[in-house]
Amino acid sequence: MPKTQPDAYQEFFKGLWRENPVFAQVLGMCPMLAVTNSAVNGMAMGLATFFVLVASSLLVALLKRWIPRQVRISSFIIIIATFVTVTDYSLQALVPAIHKELGAFIPLIVANCLILGRQEAFASRQPARLALMDALGMATGFLFALVALGSVREILGEGALFGVDLFGPNFEPWVIMILPPGGFLTLGLLLLFFSWLAERRQKLAERLAEMEVEGS
Amino acid sequence: MNELVWIFISALLVNNFVLAYFLGLCPFLGVSGRLDTAFRLGLATLFVMLITAFCAWLLNTYVLIYAPYLRLISFIVVIASTVQFIEMVIKRVSPGLFRALGIFLPLITTNCAILGLAIFATNKGYGLAEGMIYALGAGLGFTLALVLMAGLREEAELAPVPRLLRGTAINLIIAGILSMAFMGFAGLFSAA
Repeated sequence: MPKTQPDAYQEFFKGLWRENPVFAQVLGMCPMLAVTNSAVNGMAMGLATFFVLVASSLLVALLKRWIPRQVRISSFIIIIATFVTVTDYSLQALVPAIHKELGAFIPLIVANCLILGRQEAFASRQPARLALMDALGMATGFLFALVALGSVREILGEGALFGVDLFGPNFEPWVIMILPPGGFLTLGLLLLFFSWLAERRQKLAERLAEMEVEGS
Repeated sequence: MNELVWIFISALLVNNFVLAYFLGLCPFLGVSGRLDTAFRLGLATLFVMLITAFCAWLLNTYVLIYAPYLRLISFIVVIASTVQFIEMVIKRVSPGLFRALGIFLPLITTNCAILGLAIFATNKGYGLAEGMIYALGAGLGFTLALVLMAGLREEAELAPVPRLLRGTAINLIIAGILSMAFMGFAGLFSAA
């Protein structure tokens, strides 16, 4: 958290990459691994979480003056559960096919530590405008992570992306990737990839700093 | 009777909550560093699960037939109060365990395994006996996965793991291999 007046754009962009809820903080994995066996399911879950996170962050930030500190966690959970119920029933009415696919994992958004974490760490302490930006950024980062994970698993496990066949009939699908173990393996390898990227960037920054010292 | 045995085995091994449904991953990755802590957290979770299954059955039978849209909220409230209650009991009975579990005890509230248990049991239309057996199997399965993982991680501490892989990445890959091993139990059902 910067010490100076936090900038709204900064709050938005930090969720996309530097503090990405999945790749950097490893939060909210429970609903994530279970439903990302295809890119479409990942996107549906990401959008549902997006709505819940943004709506509850906004409401918590607006109501924070009236929520007593002792019961704040319970209040947050009830607010989140309300929005999840709304999402659950709307999905059931609008897109029954996807609702059936995601099944019991929609109600489980309530137990997503990412959402409660943002309420406790950010929305209950900051003005509504910043809380909204923070929630939008975190939710977009989460959506991005879910689609990425779902795409990798679908490409490897079925040779398709968003249901479109990619490699033709000769491709032998790697079935384990869309089964549960594939979720663990893919996320583990993606985390490896991201820590490799982070290290490379850090080395680059160090080298640049050295060059500047030498030049001056 | 036979059906109850199958519900138990299914929840314990074949559809293990952690390794097949990805429920309860936060404590699974967070607390599985040491064997005895993992075991105790598993037992605490099992206890909360049993109480939750009972309360979920009560709610489903007597209250929620009138207001099904309150299901999620009432489940969450029941779980949160149960956890609070257990926290008070453990603090009084065993302060050492209370310190060892630390932040993860209140976090049982947001443990999706427990909410998942209540929701799955409802969706499957389990009665009281089936629900309790299901909770017992799921809780023991959670403990089993947690203890196995803790044992593996204690070994992995000593292994020459590449620096970049250390931490969550290697734990996830270990969990993936463990999950693959558990898939073998699916054969139990086709044999029956």
